[in-house]
Amino acid sequence: MTLKIHQDHSRFKQIVRGKIKANLRKYVQKGEMLGKKGKDAISIPIPFIDIPRFKYGHKEQGGVGQGDGEVGQQLGPGAVEPGDGHQAGQGEGDHALEVDVTLEELAQILGEELQLPRIERRQSERIVTQKVKYTGVNTTGPESLRHFKRTFKQALKRQIATGTYNPKMPVIIPTREDRRYRSYKLQELPDTNAVIIYMMDVSGSMGDEQKEIVRIESFWLDTWLKHQYKGLESRYIIHDAVAREVDRDTFFHTRESGGTMISSAYKLCREIIQADYPKSAWNIYPFHFSDGDNWSADDTRQCIEMLRTDILPQVNQFAYGQVESPYGSGQFIKDLREAVGDTNNVSLSEIADKDAIYASIKDFLGKGR
Amino acid sequence: MPKSLTPRLASLRDEIHGYAKEFGLDFFDTVFEMVSYDEMNMVAAYGGFPTRYPHWRWGMEYEQLAKGYEYGLSKIYELVINNDPCYAYLMESNPEVDQKLVMSHVYGHCDFFKNNFSFRHTNRRMIDDMANHATRVRRWVDKIGVEKVEDFIDRTLSLENLIDQHAPHIRRNPDPQRAEEELKSNERVEGFKVDREYMRGYINPSEFLDSQRKHSEDEKAQRKRFPERPQRDVLYFLLEHAPLEPWEVDILSILRDEAYYFAPQGQTKIMNEGWASYWHSTIMTRRALRDEEIIDYADHHSGTMGVRPGAINPYKLGIELWRDIEDRWNKGKFGKEWDECDDLRARQSWDKKLGAGREKIFEVRKHYNDITFIDTFLTAEFALQQKLFVYGFNEKRNSWEILDREFRKVKNKLLTSLTNFGQPIIEVVDGNYENRSELLLAHKHDGQDLKGDYARETLRNLQSLWRRPVNIITRYDGKGSLLRFDGQHHSEKKVEL
Repeated sequence: MTLKIHQDHSRFKQIVRGKIKANLRKYVQKGEMLGKKGKDAISIPIPFIDIPRFKYGHKEQGGVGQGDGEVGQQLGPGAVEPGDGHQAGQGEGDHALEVDVTLEELAQILGEELQLPRIERRQSERIVTQKVKYTGVNTTGPESLRHFKRTFKQALKRQIATGTYNPKMPVIIPTREDRRYRSYKLQELPDTNAVIIYMMDVSGSMGDEQKEIVRIESFWLDTWLKHQYKGLESRYIIHDAVAREVDRDTFFHTRESGGTMISSAYKLCREIIQADYPKSAWNIYPFHFSDGDNWSADDTRQCIEMLRTDILPQVNQFAYGQVESPYGSGQFIKDLREAVGDTNNVSLSEIADKDAIYASIKDFLGKGR
Repeated sequence: MPKSLTPRLASLRDEIHGYAKEFGLDFFDTVFEMVSYDEMNMVAAYGGFPTRYPHWRWGMEYEQLAKGYEYGLSKIYELVINNDPCYAYLMESNPEVDQKLVMSHVYGHCDFFKNNFSFRHTNRRMIDDMANHATRVRRWVDKIGVEKVEDFIDRTLSLENLIDQHAPHIRRNPDPQRAEEELKSNERVEGFKVDREYMRGYINPSEFLDSQRKHSEDEKAQRKRFPERPQRDVLYFLLEHAPLEPWEVDILSILRDEAYYFAPQGQTKIMNEGWASYWHSTIMTRRALRDEEIIDYADHHSGTMGVRPGAINPYKLGIELWRDIEDRWNKGKFGKEWDECDDLRARQSWDKKLGAGREKIFEVRKHYNDITFIDTFLTAEFALQQKLFVYGFNEKRNSWEILDREFRKVKNKLLTSLTNFGQPIIEVVDGNYENRSELLLAHKHDGQDLKGDYARETLRNLQSLWRRPVNIITRYDGKGSLLRFDGQHHSEKKVEL
């Protein structure tokens, strides 16, 4: 049963979607909404869609309340509802409206707004899996796939045709010939597994602000790639002079002091890919974030070597995001640009501050790989 | 879709109906319908009328109600429509005791709708009219396009509060014919009739004649003005004088009708909710409640009566005030003798055994609205007993705090917040401002400044209806200010008031 309101409701949602789209840049830069992520929807605070009127500012207006308390005592937070107090239900007020948007929808909005291309499937070696699909009914098959309804229907038909069916005593006994079984075909489906390997420099020079940027950025990368691939896995590597694999929470909240050897992370990344993600079955996306300060030129050479020979041939795209920090020299991205900048499955981006996240997402995802 | 009552509930309704009649409530026929929670949210989102015209803001309202319900934050108990017959909705999933409570409450509202003077001029066939409005709007949508119509509705809603709240009860513009006659008689100022010539200088001194002449000239000058007098019903003024397309006129008049229909409910919120609560409490506790229901009833009743420090709960304030009036008239706590008595002990034990309380509240429910109700019956003792206070925003501490508990201030604040719904009073003063057919509005400043960003956006919407530039005179920080929007740009300049 559909209610009449659903028309108005969907119109409202359409408007909300427009608002989100119009303010996407703001949402992308703000991290606060990430805390409200559910399993497959996210709650986005949008400004209450208010109809402007000639009215008083509530703060100037004040009001009358009821209850205990001395003069000068503060009313607790949330005690005063913005808007006209006695006109509840009229839908006025300055409070934000929390709207649930599915991640799917959010990804679509992101894609439309940033004009992201759909990711092209890798051509050379198509990744396929086989899927069982029930397509029909057959007279033979395993007993576990017997189709009861069709079997009895067949038996009924036979009994009526042979005149053994008695409507007053409707007993139907299927014989061997009446049995029907579901039959299936194997279908080849393009595989939709993907893995994101996040790597982050957690050495002393990466501050909280830098990590926040990585966190926000990773949310949007997740959202977009999840939209493109059904089975998306994420792995997390942190490194300073040594690298280790951690869970998501640790990834964003660890802070080490120590120097930086990026090669350690790439080594671990290479191992993970070799161990768990054969190229034939997985789309692989390593993302590396650092402030661009590496221990030595020698280590950088090692990194580039590893990228060239082991990582780049395996992955869909390798992305490196350099977060600006007051301590970093920012040399690493220059070295990378020189060495592998021309390779078409490498994407490099410099992220100066939160405002730059928007552009850098476009850098990363704009190639459609 | 809405269902009629189950036989069990129908018999409960008959029972409650009997009690309501027995107590002397007087109401239109009341039709109860059963709805699911989802339908309830829908009907509530539509402001009680499931047949309303399509608009996204019902959807927004619904979204909030539905969420509030799903998360268990809020639940709509009762919904009743001022119509003849009254329609009321019951939620299917409610337990029996709640249904009884709601029915009693509803009969209270219906009695109020039928008898309170504020509702006398409301349309009692509003259910039908709302459906007609919806049909008209849909027809325009088909013809003009949804975007345009919706856009126009949005802009008009922004002006929806610019109606004359009291229009149904007073005649603002004098009868044109009488005005005509008056004007004629004023044309030549002769002063009073003089029998003896030597008295003329005393009976009609020249200053008097001059002032009469001036008065008459003023009157003439006023007739040239447009509008003649400041017009509070801005929507009506626009309907009459703005260069609108036929479809725009139609939609504007629909929205204006609905605004007027809902206005009395805003003017009597405290009385109305208080009255209904008074009656559900009376009917339930004196008659309808069974022993095993008492806990649930008490729980739900106290839930409705709960107060937060930063807001007035109209249910609570209303019911307490009604009870206070009943008590005072039962004990004779009114009149000269009572007012003059300052012996606290005598006042506390005052009881003249008048027993006129019930009669008094029935009378009050007829002739008062929230403002006169509070003004007349909210006493210092009541304010103290109910712990009323004035709160305000402390910029330094960035928080709301209690400012004062003094009775006068509390009462004034409460009355101010009720005057014109707590909305600024705004009038059209000139429809041909600067002789350039610009529109000039004036805000009657009463100590509170308009919210600036809202005012500018509203001007923008107003301009799109008026087509020519629009202006409003108001005050910011005590200084006169003229806000203007000419279709392209906002501007603001200082003016002398």
